[in-house]
Amino acid sequence: MSIKGKAYIAGIYEHPTRKAPDKTVAQLHAEVARGALEDAGLTKDDVDGYFCAGDAPGLGGFSMAEYMGLKLRHIDTTETGGSAYVVHVSHAAQAIAAGKCSVALVTLAGRPRSERAGGLLSITFGPAPDAPFELPFAPVTANRYAVSAMRHMYQYGTTSEQLAWVKVAASHHAQYNPNAVLQDVVTVEDVVNSPMISDPLHRLDCCVVSDGGGAVIVVSPEVMKGLKKPRVKIMGAGEFPKHLNGGKMDLTVSGAAWSGPTAFTEAGVKPSDIKYASIYDSFTITVVITVEDLGFCKKGEGGKFVADGNLISGIGKLPFNTDGGGLCNNHPADRGGMTKIIEAVRQLRGEAHPKVQVKNCDLALAHGTGGSLGTRHGSATLIMERE
Amino acid sequence: MATPAQDRKIAAPAVTPDTQAFWEAAKQGTLLLKKCPKCKELHYYPRPHCPFCFHDQTEWVEAQGTGVIYTFSVTRRAEIPYAFAYVTLDEGVTMMTNIVDCDLDAIRIGQKVKVVFKPTIDGPPVPMFAPL
Repeated sequence: MSIKGKAYIAGIYEHPTRKAPDKTVAQLHAEVARGALEDAGLTKDDVDGYFCAGDAPGLGGFSMAEYMGLKLRHIDTTETGGSAYVVHVSHAAQAIAAGKCSVALVTLAGRPRSERAGGLLSITFGPAPDAPFELPFAPVTANRYAVSAMRHMYQYGTTSEQLAWVKVAASHHAQYNPNAVLQDVVTVEDVVNSPMISDPLHRLDCCVVSDGGGAVIVVSPEVMKGLKKPRVKIMGAGEFPKHLNGGKMDLTVSGAAWSGPTAFTEAGVKPSDIKYASIYDSFTITVVITVEDLGFCKKGEGGKFVADGNLISGIGKLPFNTDGGGLCNNHPADRGGMTKIIEAVRQLRGEAHPKVQVKNCDLALAHGTGGSLGTRHGSATLIMERE
Repeated sequence: MATPAQDRKIAAPAVTPDTQAFWEAAKQGTLLLKKCPKCKELHYYPRPHCPFCFHDQTEWVEAQGTGVIYTFSVTRRAEIPYAFAYVTLDEGVTMMTNIVDCDLDAIRIGQKVKVVFKPTIDGPPVPMFAPL
């Protein structure tokens, strides 16, 4: 069974806040849910399927269903870190295709900016079997991506200047987003001269820390018929958890090398057909490795591909993250998958900022990378079409 | 310019029954790996089940303790800068570690290294690597 054409994205909402010291995480979840329902032209009582991940407080789905007063017949709390929401849209389409629900709500929210005093993010999950063999060596989010960048540079000759182009492109888009955390256009020199965080990643190679959230509504074709928004159809999806494979791994490759082909095959399209791509940008290296693995260029040529403004809307071959992405706009709850879907839907609806709207944008991709390129991560690819 | 590696305070790793032998050997300065008697593959971190063929009787083997740096990153935004790294052992498995006892600015991918065990707070020592 395929999900192609079996479901539509009817509603989207990105919380405008980037700092929410006076709100709870549950409250933010409810606010984004209201926003997405209003955007779709639906109400809370229409929702019969709910999707959330590890950012949802308490017992996740159950706690939030109670808080929001949802009456559900389907629930899915798949956790793949920041890519979870891309996975959720795919799973929602599957559930809709199987008749398990007809209006699926997906929410994300968090307050890392208000709750974290500063310093590098060091996520520690329960008693993981890998923990005794990793935590003594002080892995933090930045160095777990930096080791992939370092190896990519060694193997393929990728340079800091090429990585910097990813940030430069994101900043060109963010200047038109009044909600973006960083709205100033930066240059390659600005990026490579910013303080070194963990070699070879500079401060400006890293995404922002922001409070906030977002939500999407996925509906059946029958429900979509009664709604007024432009029709954004799910075409295909892929997901792939990549890990250290017992100590036999290649850290220059991401799970996108598998999730991408799966999604393209299901959608029946190829990378060159994509008009706009939302690509998870936790760090600049994440984008370089992902564009290779999704097949937008050959393996090892990602640095060359992203250089010289090739990701800038209206200038380059592959307009990406036209909201400013995680690098400049928003990375709510340290999880960027949700905002990737939202901007792709804006592009397909023609609702992106006029300065960054891609002309005739009828086919878009959203890709998430949750976890760390340098250890284990969940990759998820979603392809959508404007009908 | 040089950035000499300094010792950090390291929290003790959680020792579980299935990895106790690893940490006992570490106290003696020996690095152990797990090998599957069925498919003959080595793996890291050590598990009772082989992650390749799922045989459930993996066996401990002694590593030589030498290898090359697969990749690394000197984390500079930290109280004490340190080199987070992966080392590929001569036996063929790659493990997360730190590169120590050297100038952090001189570390290179492909460099030959040897295991050195560093103390933790009230726990067994952990395997780090120093350039040869």
